Amino acid sequence: MNNDILLQVTDLHAGIESREILRGINLTIRPGEVHAIMGPNGSGKSTLSGVLAGDPHYHVTSGSATFHGLDLLSLAPEDRSHEGLFLSFQYPVEIPGVSMVNFMRAAVNAKRKYFNQEPLTAGDFLKLMRQKRAIVELDNKLASRSVNEGFSGGEKKRNEIFQMAVLEPQLSILDETDSGLDIDALRIVASGVNKLRNDNNATIVITHYQRLLDYIRPDFVHILYKGRIVYSGGPELALELEERGYDWIKEQVDNQ
Amino acid sequence: MKPDTTPQRTDDEVIADAANSEYRYGFVTDIDTDVIECGLNEDVIRHISARKNEPEWLLEFRLQAYRYWLTLTPPKWAHLTIPEIDFQAISYYAEPRQKKAPQSLDEVDPQLLDTFNRLGIPLEEQKQLSGMAVDAVMDSVSVKTTHREKLAQMGIIFCSISEAVKDYPELVKKYLGSVVSYRDNFYAALNSAVFSDGSFVYIPKGVRCPMELSTYFRINASGTGQFERTLIVADDDAYVSYLEGCTAPQRDENQLHAAIVEIVVEDRAEVKYSTVQNWYAGDAEGRGGVYNFVTKRGLCRGDYSKLSWTQVETGSAITWKYPSCILKGEGSVGEFYSVAVTRNRQQADTGTKMIHIGRNTRSTIVSKGISAGYSQNAYRGLVKVAPSAEGARNYTQCDSLLLSSTCGAHTFPYIDVRNSSAIVEHEATTSKISEDQLFYCNQRGIPTEEAVGLIVNGYAKEVMNKLPMEFAVEAQRLLQITLENSVG
Repeated sequence: MNNDILLQVTDLHAGIESREILRGINLTIRPGEVHAIMGPNGSGKSTLSGVLAGDPHYHVTSGSATFHGLDLLSLAPEDRSHEGLFLSFQYPVEIPGVSMVNFMRAAVNAKRKYFNQEPLTAGDFLKLMRQKRAIVELDNKLASRSVNEGFSGGEKKRNEIFQMAVLEPQLSILDETDSGLDIDALRIVASGVNKLRNDNNATIVITHYQRLLDYIRPDFVHILYKGRIVYSGGPELALELEERGYDWIKEQVDNQ
Repeated sequence: MKPDTTPQRTDDEVIADAANSEYRYGFVTDIDTDVIECGLNEDVIRHISARKNEPEWLLEFRLQAYRYWLTLTPPKWAHLTIPEIDFQAISYYAEPRQKKAPQSLDEVDPQLLDTFNRLGIPLEEQKQLSGMAVDAVMDSVSVKTTHREKLAQMGIIFCSISEAVKDYPELVKKYLGSVVSYRDNFYAALNSAVFSDGSFVYIPKGVRCPMELSTYFRINASGTGQFERTLIVADDDAYVSYLEGCTAPQRDENQLHAAIVEIVVEDRAEVKYSTVQNWYAGDAEGRGGVYNFVTKRGLCRGDYSKLSWTQVETGSAITWKYPSCILKGEGSVGEFYSVAVTRNRQQADTGTKMIHIGRNTRSTIVSKGISAGYSQNAYRGLVKVAPSAEGARNYTQCDSLLLSSTCGAHTFPYIDVRNSSAIVEHEATTSKISEDQLFYCNQRGIPTEEAVGLIVNGYAKEVMNKLPMEFAVEAQRLLQITLENSVG
C-alpha cells in the first residue's frame, strides 16, 4: 500500500430522474486496498457504482470524484474505462450476434487508441485472451459465443472478471458479483479477483453478504444507508453485520 | 435537479449523427459519354437496338414490351412516397465513349479503370487475389469482363448480355423473359423495352463454377436511367455464386434504376446470388438519390434445385424490390437473407416472394430491417403454397431494429396456403438498441458509435454470414460506415 490517493469521493449527491439517492458520499481509496460496501436494499449501492462508471441513467447533482488526479465526473464513460475504472455489472448485458472475441478486441483496441498505441495484432490478441481466460477458468467456447447470450449466472460473472483481467483496471467495482452464484462459481470468481490484486490497483466490493468477503478479504468495510456511508470499520464489521443484521445500524441512524 | 455535470453527448445525439456519415462513392468520372436524347418512343428503342446491332427478334421483344408498358401506370401499393417520375425526361442510353471495344485491359480507357479502382473493383486479373471474375458495367454498357478465358475452358459463359445476344443467341432467346415476363409489372415492362447491358451467365451441366462471378454496376452519366438485365442459367448439377455491387455519383437530381434479374436453376443445381446495394441515397434532406425499382426472380425449375438470395441494402433514395423464388421442382429450396438499412429520408419497401408449387419444397426468409433518422423501412413478403405443393415448408423471421424515434418500420407479410400439409411459420420482432447495451460497451471502453456498429453487425450477423467471405468484410464495413452518426 502507498499513500497516493486513487479515488477521492467528496460529498457526492446523485439520483435518478428527480429522486435523490446518494446524499453526500465521502470515500477515499488508495492503491492496494479492498473496500467492501454493504448495506440494505435501496441504500444506494448500485447507484454509487453506476455514478462512478458514468451510467447515463443517473445524474450527479453536487460533489466531486477525483480519480488519480482526474475529474472523474467530467469524463465520458469510455474514457473512465480507459483511465482504469472497471465495473463488474450486477446484471451483465446480452449483446446478440457479437462474439466475445470481437467485443473484447473492440474494447482492447479502443483503449490502445486512447493511449496512441497501434491495435494489437490478431495473434497477440488471441494470446492475451488465452492467458486471461485461464484466470477465471473460462471455457474457450464461451469466447466464441455472443456476449453474455445464453450464459448461466455463474458464466456471466466469470465473464465479467475475465474482462477485468483483460483490461487490467486500476480500480474495479464489483457490483453484487456474488448474487446468483453457487459456491463453486463464487470460489472461482473470488480467486480470479484475488489473482488480479496487486499494490497498484484497488477494488470496491459491493455486496449484501459476508459470504463473498470470506474469499475476498477487505481492508475496509463501509455501511451505506439512505445514501450515506454511516459506518466504516475493518473486516470485523462485516462479521458483525452477518450476526446482527442491519437493524441496529438503521436504528442508530434513524434515531439521530 | 441540476443537469448532468458530465459534458457528454447523449446516446440519441450520437445515434443521430451516425446516420449522417458521408457517401464515399459520390464522385463523378469525367469521361466522354455518348448520351442519347431524353425521351422514350419507338424510335428510341429502335435506336438502342440498332446501336447494339441486335437481331430482329430482340427488337420485336423490346417493342412488344414498350407497347405493353404504355398501357400501364406505376404501381402505388408499396409503402412508399414516390414523386411523379417524368419518363420522358430521362435518357435511356448512355455509353462511356471508347474508340472501339477493348480487346485487352490496355485498351480500356484509363479513366474508366481508375473509376473502378477507386470503387475497390480491380479489373486487372493478376491483381485479383480472391479469384473473382468481374463484369464491370458503367451506365449502359459493360466495360470489361475478367477471367473469361479461364471460365470458357470449363464451358462457363460469363459475359455482358449484349455480347451474349451476339454470341449465344439461342441461349438468350430461350431464357430471356422466361422468368420475368415483360408483362410482369410496370418497371419490368420498361426494362424489357430499353434494357441496355448487364451480365449473362451460363453454367453447363455438372460444372461447379470455381470462382465468384461478380458484376459491378456504376451509374455515372447524369440525367440517365440505368436498366440492366441479368440472366443466369445453372444447368443440371451446376453451381455458381454470383455477386452484384452498385454505386452512383452524388447528384442533386434523382436517377432511375430499373433492373431485371432472371435466374433459372435446373435439376440439383444451386445458385447463390448476393447483392451489396449502395446506390447514392440522397442527402440528409432527401435531395437526389437513386430510385431503385428492381424485379429479381429465380425459377427453381429442376428437382432438388436451390436458389439463395442474400442482400445488403444500404443505398438508394427509394428501394422497391422483392427477390423471389418460384419453387417448381420437387424438393427445391428457396432462401432469402436480407439486411436493409434506411436512414435520413430513405424509403425501402423490400422483401421476397416464395411461391411453392412442387412437392416438399422448402423456403427460408430472414429479413433484418434497420431504420434511422426519418426513414421508412418496410418488409413485404409473400409465402404462397399452391395446392400441388404437398409437404411444403416455410420459415420466416422478420426483425426490425429502430435507431431513432422518428423512423418507421413496417411489416407486411402475406401468407396464402392452399395445401393443408404445408407448415408455414412467421416470427417477427421489433427492437431498439438499448441504453443498457450501449452503456455496457462504453464501460468497456467502446465509444458509442463503434458500439452501434458492433451491435448492428451482431444483429445482422445471420445474414452477413451468408455472404461470400471477401464480400462479408466489405459489407460489415459498409454497415458500420452507413450508420456512423446515426443513432438518435
